[in-house]
Amino acid sequence: VFTFILKFQHDHKVSLPMEQVIVAMQDPDLGIKMKNQRLLITVIPHAMTGNDIVEWLMKKYSIMEEEALHVGDLLVRHGYIYPLKEPRNLVLRPDESPYRFQTPYFWSSQQWPASELDYAIYLTKKNIRKQGQLIDYEKENYNLLHKRINHTWDFVVMQAKEQLRASKQRRKADRIVLECQEQAYWLINRPPPGAFDIREHGPERRNRLTSRVQLVRLHSFIIHQKKIHDRTFIKYSEQYFSHDPMMHGCPPSNPWITDDITHWALNTNTVSTPTKLRVERWSFRFMELLSDPLGRLKFMEYLEKEFSAENLCFWEACEDIRHGENSRIPQKVQEVYKQFLAPGASKWVNVDSKTMEKTLEGLRRPNRFVMDDAQMHIYFLMKKDSYPRYLKSDLYKNLLVKAIAPQETKRSVFPFMRRHRHSSPNPALVAQALEEDGKAKRLGSPRITSPATSP
Amino acid sequence: MACQGLGPNETLATLKTESETLKTKLEEERAKLHDAELHQVAEKVEALGQFIIKTRRTLKGHGNKVLCMDWCKDKRRIVSSSQDGKVIVWDAFTANKEHAVTMPCTWVMACAYAPSGCAVACGGLDNKCSVYPLSLDKNENLAAKKKSVAMHTNYLSACSFTNSDMQILTSSGDGTCALWDVESGQLLQSFHGHSADVLCLDLAPSETGNTFVSGGCDKKANVWDMRSGQCIQSFESHESDINSVRYYPSGDAFASGSDDATCRLFDLRADREVSVYSKDSIIFGVSSVDFSLSGRLLFGGYNDYTINVWDVLKGTRVSILFGHENRVSTLRVSPDGTAFCSGSWDHTLRIWA
Repeated sequence: VFTFILKFQHDHKVSLPMEQVIVAMQDPDLGIKMKNQRLLITVIPHAMTGNDIVEWLMKKYSIMEEEALHVGDLLVRHGYIYPLKEPRNLVLRPDESPYRFQTPYFWSSQQWPASELDYAIYLTKKNIRKQGQLIDYEKENYNLLHKRINHTWDFVVMQAKEQLRASKQRRKADRIVLECQEQAYWLINRPPPGAFDIREHGPERRNRLTSRVQLVRLHSFIIHQKKIHDRTFIKYSEQYFSHDPMMHGCPPSNPWITDDITHWALNTNTVSTPTKLRVERWSFRFMELLSDPLGRLKFMEYLEKEFSAENLCFWEACEDIRHGENSRIPQKVQEVYKQFLAPGASKWVNVDSKTMEKTLEGLRRPNRFVMDDAQMHIYFLMKKDSYPRYLKSDLYKNLLVKAIAPQETKRSVFPFMRRHRHSSPNPALVAQALEEDGKAKRLGSPRITSPATSP
Repeated sequence: MACQGLGPNETLATLKTESETLKTKLEEERAKLHDAELHQVAEKVEALGQFIIKTRRTLKGHGNKVLCMDWCKDKRRIVSSSQDGKVIVWDAFTANKEHAVTMPCTWVMACAYAPSGCAVACGGLDNKCSVYPLSLDKNENLAAKKKSVAMHTNYLSACSFTNSDMQILTSSGDGTCALWDVESGQLLQSFHGHSADVLCLDLAPSETGNTFVSGGCDKKANVWDMRSGQCIQSFESHESDINSVRYYPSGDAFASGSDDATCRLFDLRADREVSVYSKDSIIFGVSSVDFSLSGRLLFGGYNDYTINVWDVLKGTRVSILFGHENRVSTLRVSPDGTAFCSGSWDHTLRIWA
């Protein structure tokens, strides 16, 4: 039996990562050192202990014990290794409990269906051996099968008897091993009710290949090749390091850790005084400023002083077109044209002639993207001109000076005293209330409609 | 549309040959640049210290496998969906359930919170994406106001609102992605190019906000132009299904997680993979990935029930988190980066910080 196993491993095409681990574990030179393991009065060869498995995994993959135990346990649960003691309990015990490798014939990756017939034969063998003393769920399954494939039951019993007869002629050690292997196989393929079922997968993914050949525009990729040594990612993560709560903590404290929501209260969209980190972040890139509702508000205040607020208003109106309801596009486009682009418009924006021409063309057939070019022109205008000047302005500098910089608080002296976890109003509730009160003003660009958090 | 019919002198064979030739040429051009891997460029960057990340909340309430979740912009509420058709909205901070809907189908694999916080979208084996406005009237059945928006010809694998409540982007087992107008249910744009089920998508946080990335069973990650429907970039280095894609915070790159047990980082301007996050001891597939706020950390939820935390720059694993008792199926970092949420086949969701 054992030479057969070795030969099979040699021929079997190892594809799954799990199987690669199993094969490595059985490597004659670098794998686990197998020994005889005593099971009551019988000596089982080519076995190992739970400890052996954990230690080997720790050494081979340079991982800690917890992870090694986890990986080893998965190998047992998936039927690649089975326990000799308490064989019904497919777990890895990090002690001297004996384990063996499952024969590749029974690997779950083989994927030949574990048929009803095979299962019936297995249960019948067990039934005969145990003289009718099957475990509950096995008894149930046995009776069900007896009903369902009753027409072949003679064959089932005959096969079972024949297999039992053949196994009686084996050495006791071999017989125990084969019984354990088979039992482990069926524990995987017919798990007891409530037990972990490795056969569970999500919905079927049909990996179909279409006959259409997709000629994606490969040539354009070659033109835009760029070396990555320009340190983009390094610079970005350095810049945002102190803003990343996971990396740097979160002044005064992370609400999830201390149950104290001050951090959120200090950073709502309606605070009168923003925090230092927040104001700082507006200077990182233009998009940061615009995507923070408070930042955008403050920027608008500045633009009003500069008499160029119409640029931001135009940008917001374009966003509203791009992301708004399809049905309102023609109406919105008309309004935007009247307000911002038409000669003598009240909020006239300065778009270059080429872009204006293209936009006017597109107005004949208004669609969601008709304002894109003009929007982009104004966006870059603000980015290159107004934004840098804003950052140098007194308005911005004052914000920075007056900004709140809360101290990082230490954890509560009495960590076991849990703070009351305050609830906050559901954004849907807030919106509903606004509507009901009739206070729902047109909130402008959809981007502004981010739910305020109040403590 | 990204694909055309055969031209006069073209056969499938000639097109395939041409495609292979172009691919080889592309590889040659890339090799000429003698590009370094990201971890080499980041050699001098200071290594990260020890991390203490623990479960801070465990949300129990689903009666079956949790398949998907999304954060509300208020930084504390989430929506989650499960195999038994239940969609639940929680205040994750207090662990209170605030809304619940039972979908008429099982395996709700996709759900998303609307930017306004006033609605959620979800779908799965019903091949649709439906939007439910959230009502706080206890007597009102949420299902009554349900709006059917997207219709695919196979399961819905992912959905996301764009910058407003008015548009939804979907991906499906039918091999396509699509952009929909919520109000009318009209199809605004469809995206063809994957040759198998599309499993995930993510919108780019770019200035012009016009692109998104998708990943599929064809092992490809495709970047799309939302206006034209064209595939503008394609990456094929994974060895198995891509279960999750997520943009790097700056929008210059995206990460992917695959059944091949690796996560990878793709630089959009260099147009290639620049990092692989893998370990020999990790032998199960990645179901979902997301970045910490600064992009320095990449969190991966795995089918072996663990969460691995990677140093994006150095390519090393920083931490492994145990806790879930079955596959981690979904993982997202909160909008302000203070925590991340994981959902699992063990029926629970966990908040980690």
